[in-house]
This record gives sequence, C-alpha cells and structure tokens, in this order.
Amino acid sequence: MTFKVDSNGYYGQYGGAFIPEMLYPNIQQLKQSYLQIIGSSAFQNEFQQLLKYYVGRPTPLYFSHRLSKKYGTKIYFKREDLCHTGAHKINNTIGQILLAKYMGKDRIIAETGAGQHGVATASVCALMGVKCIVYMGSVDIKRQSPNVARMKMLGAEVRAATSGSKTLKDATNEAIRDWINNPEKTHYIIGSVVGPHPYPDMVSRFQSVISQELTHQLEFLEGRSFPDYLVACVGGGSNAAGLFYHFLDNPKVTIFCVEAAGHGVNSGKSAATTQLGRPGIIHGSKTLLMQNADGQIQEPHSISAGLDYPGVGPLFAHLKDTKRAHFRAVSDRDAMLWGLELSKMDGIIPAIETSHALGVLESEKFNKDDIIVFGCSGRGDKDLDTYINYFEL
Amino acid sequence: MNNRLDGLFKPNKKILSIYFTAGYPRINDTATILRGLQKSNVDLVEIGMPFSDPLADGPTIQSSSTVALKNGMSTKILFEQLQNIRMDIHLPLIIMGYFNPILQYGVEKFCEECAQIGIDGLIIPDLPLQVYEQSYELYFEKYNLHNIFLITPQTSEGRIQKIDQKSKSFIYMVSSNSVTGSKNRVEDKVLSYFKRVKSQPITSPKLIGFGISNNQTYRTALKFADGVIIGSAFINFLDNNSIEDIGKFIKSIKE
Ligand SMILES: Cc1ncc(COP(=O)(O)O)c(C=O)c1O
Repeated sequence: MTFKVDSNGYYGQYGGAFIPEMLYPNIQQLKQSYLQIIGSSAFQNEFQQLLKYYVGRPTPLYFSHRLSKKYGTKIYFKREDLCHTGAHKINNTIGQILLAKYMGKDRIIAETGAGQHGVATASVCALMGVKCIVYMGSVDIKRQSPNVARMKMLGAEVRAATSGSKTLKDATNEAIRDWINNPEKTHYIIGSVVGPHPYPDMVSRFQSVISQELTHQLEFLEGRSFPDYLVACVGGGSNAAGLFYHFLDNPKVTIFCVEAAGHGVNSGKSAATTQLGRPGIIHGSKTLLMQNADGQIQEPHSISAGLDYPGVGPLFAHLKDTKRAHFRAVSDRDAMLWGLELSKMDGIIPAIETSHALGVLESEKFNKDDIIVFGCSGRGDKDLDTYINYFEL
Repeated sequence: MNNRLDGLFKPNKKILSIYFTAGYPRINDTATILRGLQKSNVDLVEIGMPFSDPLADGPTIQSSSTVALKNGMSTKILFEQLQNIRMDIHLPLIIMGYFNPILQYGVEKFCEECAQIGIDGLIIPDLPLQVYEQSYELYFEKYNLHNIFLITPQTSEGRIQKIDQKSKSFIYMVSSNSVTGSKNRVEDKVLSYFKRVKSQPITSPKLIGFGISNNQTYRTALKFADGVIIGSAFINFLDNNSIEDIGKFIKSIKE
C-alpha cells in the first residue's frame, strides 16, 4: 500500500484535477515543473535557509511533564506554533513563493480561513516584494480580525468573499475565480493539501519538514526514530500531512486525525467531513465532502475558522478508506476546554484548531510508555477574542 | 434518434444561443422561459443546473444559482419539469452543469435520463477532457449526447486541435480569461484572440460566449464565429423584466 500520490495525481480513488479548461495551462505548468524545481539544489538551498533564518526552524519537540503525569503517558508537542507568524502554514508559503519566483510569477493570490495562511502568505510576499491578494470569507474577517489587520500591515489586500457560507470554502472559490481571470502572471498559493493535483502533493512535501525534524528529534530524545502515536487536527489536512509524512509507511505508528465536530457530528452544525461526507468533487479534487443528496456542497460549522471546511485533502479520504488513520471528531465546547487545559498545564495558548487534537487524551487509552506526539499546529493569539467571549475572561 | 445539434449549423447561418439558470427567478419558470425563447426565434438553449459552488461563474450566475437552489431546484425536479418538454419545444437543448451533482446522480443514469427527455448535449465545465475520455465518453456515445468543450485565450494550438477532433458539435469559445459575466465592449486583446483562432484550421463550428451582452458585442463576435452564447445579460434582463418580454431582449441583441 502506498500513501504517495500516483503519476495521475491520485491517492487511491481520490485526488485528480477536476478543473475548468480556463485553468488547464496553469495547472499543467505547475504539474510539469514542480518536482523539478523543488528538487533542484538552488531551490533547496534557498528553501532551507529561509526555513532556518526566517521561519525559525527546527521547531522544538517539547515534552510536557505535567500533561504526561496527568494522563499517564508520554506526551510531546511538535511546536509549529513557534514558527514565524504563529502556525505551520508558513512552511508551505515559503516553498510556494520560491516556486512562484522560479516560474516567473509576480502576483500572488491566496484564500484564508483562520487568517493564518493569509498572514503567512502576506509575510512571504512582503519578503519577496510581490503583490499579494488574500480572499477571506466575510464571516471569518469578523471572527479573526487581528489577522486581517496583520495582513493589511504586511501590505496585502484583503478581499471579502460574500457568497455562500462566507467562510473558507467561499474564499477558495473566489481565489480560483481570480486565477481564471488572471492566468498569466499570477500564482495561487493554496493553504492546505486540497485543490487539484499537484497541490495536495506539493503542499505535503513542503510541510514534510515537520516529520523530517521529528524523526531526528525522537532519535535524540527517545533513542528511536518513530513515535507510537501521532495526533493532529485536520481541516484540509496540511499540518497533519506534514506531521505524518515520513511515518505513513511505518505500521508501528498509529495515526489519529481529529476533525471538528462543531455542535456534534449529527447536529447539522459540524465540520466532521470524513464522517459526514461522501465522495465527490470540491475545488478541483475528488475527495470526501459534505454534500446533500443532490450533490450541493453543504455549509460546515466549527468554532475554529481553520477547520470550517466541507472537504478534506484527498490523502485523508484515502487514509480513511484504507483505515491507515483513525478519525475522531471533537466538539466546539471540548476543543475550547482543551485549549484552556493546555494553557493552564503547559503555559501554551494553542490555536483552537490545535486544541481539537487533544481530545484523544480523553477518548483513547494510552500506556505509560507510549510516546504520543501532538502536532501543535498554531498559537492562540488570533483566537483570543473567541476565548475571551467563550470563557468570559 | 437524431441529435438536433447535428442539423443546426449551416454555412452563413449565425446562431444565437441563450443560457438561463433553471429554477430562476422562480422554480416553475423553466418551461415558460423555454417557450418564450422558442417564440423569439432563438436557435439553441442552454439550461443551467444550479450548483452551490459555480467556480467558473461570475456574480450574476452565482446569485441566480443561489436563488434557484433556495427555490428548491434539484436535478430530479429539473428532469421532472423537462419530462414532456419535447411536445412543444423543438429547439436543440443543452444542459450545462458542474460535475459533482451529475456524479452524485450517477453519470450513466444522468445521460440516460437526458436522452429520454430529448436533451442533445452537455456542457460540464469542470469535467476535464482526459477524465471524460477515460471514464465517461462511452455513456455520451451510448445515449447520443454531444459533449461541448471549451477553449480559452490560453488554450494552445495543439490542444485546440485535440479538442476539435473530439468535438461532435460546436466548440465553446470563452471570449476572454474570465469567469462568466457581461461586458459592454470587446477589448482589443480579445479581438486579437478571435482573429488568431479564426485563422486556425478548426473543423467544428465555434460559438463565442462569456461577456456577450448587447448588439455591439454580438455583432463583433459574429465576425469571428458561427454564433454567440448569452448568459449573464439574459439573467440580468429577467431580473428587471417579465418572462413575456423575452422577445424584446432577443430583438435588442439582434436589432
Ligand atoms: C493553527 C492551525 N491549525 C490547523 C489548521 C487547519 O488546516 P490544516 O488541516 O491544513 O492543517 C489551520 C488553518 O487555518 C490553522 O491555522
């Protein structure tokens, strides 16, 4: 069994590139050049330098004494929240901005939900001196206002997506429409392992720095190069894809993907895509997605904007079908409480997306000697308003 | 059974094709609009199946789709509305829709149903040529439906040739690098694209769509193609006028 993309852009039955003809040349150009560009030593030199000196990698693998004691197992956090701009998203935007440069593109568009990907894109555009336009659902603009201000300060133009549910799905639609309208000098920096091939594979590769570092860090700290468990939250799946990348073929590593249950998986207000979804096409990819019987895409709900997406990267649909990964869903309420728990126990205020992952500490049983690594995908600064309102702080 | 698209294109005949979103402005307008279009001597009609996430469409068709879905339009209801349409509608009919609703309905079942109703062709903007060839062409053949392909200013000459060979009917020439929407004039850049395509050896008839909205853009486009497709401008017309007045709109285009 393989979990790498095949030559047609599929993970098992999922993936592909279901794009209108208008996008064919752009996707074709990406498909034909991405592996060669990413593999070149010139690219790798620049990429590694920027990851080190701009992003601040490697990120620590942090052992939580107090949580380990409380839950009777060995709990580590891979600290992507310590990346520049506060989340794993920048691993991908650094990679893609370099790729855009090598392809001669000088205008960047992006979609964003939580605003983390938007900020990470705006930052690297400032770094490279290129024009940046970020599409963001008008609902998200309200609930993630600090990130909107950041993007503006970084010189990006934030355009509100006002169609549909006015969240991440709609921002993605608008970004794709922008690309149709501006096909020549524009590169679209997608923020997760979603969209048409080759995006899911390309973004996974850029995020795979997470599991690559983890291999060495575990070797150093535990004397073995793999953990017993990996746990990550899944919106589109980019932080999870990065955390799992080098371990997918190692059957000794048990993998948990945690989705947002919202008000409850069957409440009608949920974003637990792999439980509620059926195979279909969203944003150019065949994957599991939340839809009605007629094939209309449904509006998801999560308190965390970054998980508020009705689809999931095609890799994750494949991980679900093959049972390689276990899927869990954690509610808005529980996620908020886990966020508080991590803050009080470790002095780490996590992004609400990240908080969802901690739910497995309650739902699963772990042994004393098990090594569990959580992807700590982002910090909670952007969510302070939500935390304040929720807990009446 | 003959495909009505086969007899449509004749030398020196210019085609006017109108797109509308099924279920808009009201859910039961489908047949009324079709009759209005037939009475106004339109040559071809594209019936749009509304989709929640129409990636290739601009604001006008997006919002008509949203309204149509709110009105309750679905694939099943559309097929019910079209069930006896061939009793009085003799125009060639095309269904235009995004792939996911068709996939969920079942592609073969969808094609079968279209054939039974008397639909002549399909336009599925997000079904790429390669996937069509590999997995679905056989159903189109079986049910004698013509799949209509798009070309854009970015489409390479080689690919245009390939699409031309695959086409059983006309090629849909997207007028500019853009999502749907009406424009008042044809830009110079677009004109040079029209000229470039006109000089190419293409055997299929060509219809120009996206951005055709009035007599001026209609006449310009006709110099380079066998006809035009009007969508957003027609939907804008329906926003402000009654269905009985469709004839006036068509007249204003043809003048
Ligand atoms: C901190 C953080 N974690 C997770 C996510 C979810 O995205 P993905 O599943 O691609 O990692 C986001 C998205 O915005 C995020 O900001």
